[in-house]
Amino acid sequence: MRTVDILIVGGGPAGLAAAVSAYESGCRSILILEREEALGGILKQCIHNGFGLHTFHEELTGPEYAQKYIDKVVEYQIPYQCCTMVLDITEERVVTAVSNVNGLQQFQAKSVILAMGCRERPRGALAIPGWRCSGIYTAGTAQKFVNLEGIMPGKKVMILGSGDIGLIMARRMTFMGAKVLACVELLPYSSGLKRNIVQCLDDYGIPLLLNHTVVDISGRERLEGVTVAEVDPETKQPIPGTETYYECDTLLLSVGLIPENELSKLAGVKISSATGGAEVDENLETSVPGIFSCGNVLHVHDLVDFVSQEAEKAGKKAFQFVQGQLAENGARIPVTGGFGVAGAVPQVLHAGSGGSPVTLMFRPKGVYRNAKISVSAEGTELYSRKYRILTPGEMVSLELGPDLLSRAAGAKELTVKVEA
Amino acid sequence: MRKEITCIGCPMGCRMTAEVEDGKILSVEGYSCNVGKKYAQEELTVPKRMVTSLVHVRGSSRPLPVRTSAPIEKSKIFDCLREIRACEITPPVKIGDVIISRVCGTQADIVATREVF
Repeated sequence: MRTVDILIVGGGPAGLAAAVSAYESGCRSILILEREEALGGILKQCIHNGFGLHTFHEELTGPEYAQKYIDKVVEYQIPYQCCTMVLDITEERVVTAVSNVNGLQQFQAKSVILAMGCRERPRGALAIPGWRCSGIYTAGTAQKFVNLEGIMPGKKVMILGSGDIGLIMARRMTFMGAKVLACVELLPYSSGLKRNIVQCLDDYGIPLLLNHTVVDISGRERLEGVTVAEVDPETKQPIPGTETYYECDTLLLSVGLIPENELSKLAGVKISSATGGAEVDENLETSVPGIFSCGNVLHVHDLVDFVSQEAEKAGKKAFQFVQGQLAENGARIPVTGGFGVAGAVPQVLHAGSGGSPVTLMFRPKGVYRNAKISVSAEGTELYSRKYRILTPGEMVSLELGPDLLSRAAGAKELTVKVEA
Repeated sequence: MRKEITCIGCPMGCRMTAEVEDGKILSVEGYSCNVGKKYAQEELTVPKRMVTSLVHVRGSSRPLPVRTSAPIEKSKIFDCLREIRACEITPPVKIGDVIISRVCGTQADIVATREVF
């Protein structure tokens, strides 16, 4: 069995940034395992621009953003294996992987960084009635077909769900000569970025039907059309008599992302029901010592820039763990989400974590105008900030400084909540 | 003429209404900060967009992703896409290589965003 200081599962934006940062912290024994044939993860197929504004202060496309990190990995000669599927991770950090070239391999890692990303919610998770015909894809699958394989999935397209990938695909399909009829959203607001709604739908006259959903799918072999109905905003039930039939050959689903944590569970990592990702402390360390988690496998981010930042921290902290310098001082203080807060990360802070600030991230549960976000310990407010608007489409990120953390030292619990 | 614009500056997404006569902006209402005001003025004079698309690669079914080197006028997007679609490249290509120079008579080039060997 080979030994390695830091083993990184996944060679997407999180895995790459973690590897680069671990190397720059001084680690010289790193291995990235990637199941696809090339590094870069989902960025390979995200050929649109808008990446890297925070990190590089320029607007890059996905492949360009990924290449900046891949170039570093190559420059630092950080070892990586593509076409390699990790099958198992144990609590003792023994990692089993398989590939055509190397067969079955086992590694004893001093530290493991989970960077597997997320996958899309499929049709099966939605329970839409109707025929099980071809022509129904998740937006990301269609994106892979078009942008990587050069194959168009169809000509007349409906989109269910208004997540960012769905919006981006509305524009891509339009650019490639298809007709996009409408984007249908169950909720009274889109979970996508405002910029994408304007530049992917409004620019091309594609209607966004809020409070609507697909209630029937027609077509025996190939999709022939979908029936869309308005829903009651309170009950989310379709309103009889509002049905409209749209003739189309393609239905794209953009209805949410799920962190891909099967391996984490094998390692005994505790998973948060709120995020679908691992429960971590301020060092991004999971419930299993030496196993860290970052990027979309930890919680689904809006921007890759934030994934990179988080992964850089994971890389640094994993190397501190390897060197035995990751002190977890003091009592564990759980962080709980109060009103309006979904899936706060990290879930736990250590009272004596000392000098460095902690980034606390979460997603607002609804749209709140002129709202305040507060962090309090047993009723005493330690931090507050006002926002003109909070929406589920934009993750909130709070920087909690060392002085706040020291004031929280004796607390049994920290609560973050929205006051609207 | 009245024009409706949704600001993309932040999640507020302010809906702005502008009065435009013969290409002159008479008034803009509905913005809550200067970002919105500036965005409305840009959108009402010459709206511009970055364009990203795909180019055929000779001898391969897998396309090459490309983008404009700078935003181009919104009105030229589909002409630009037509020019990109008519194009075919022969590898190797490096990131940043110019695939079409001065696309559709604009100042922008079409450049490669991925390496192809």
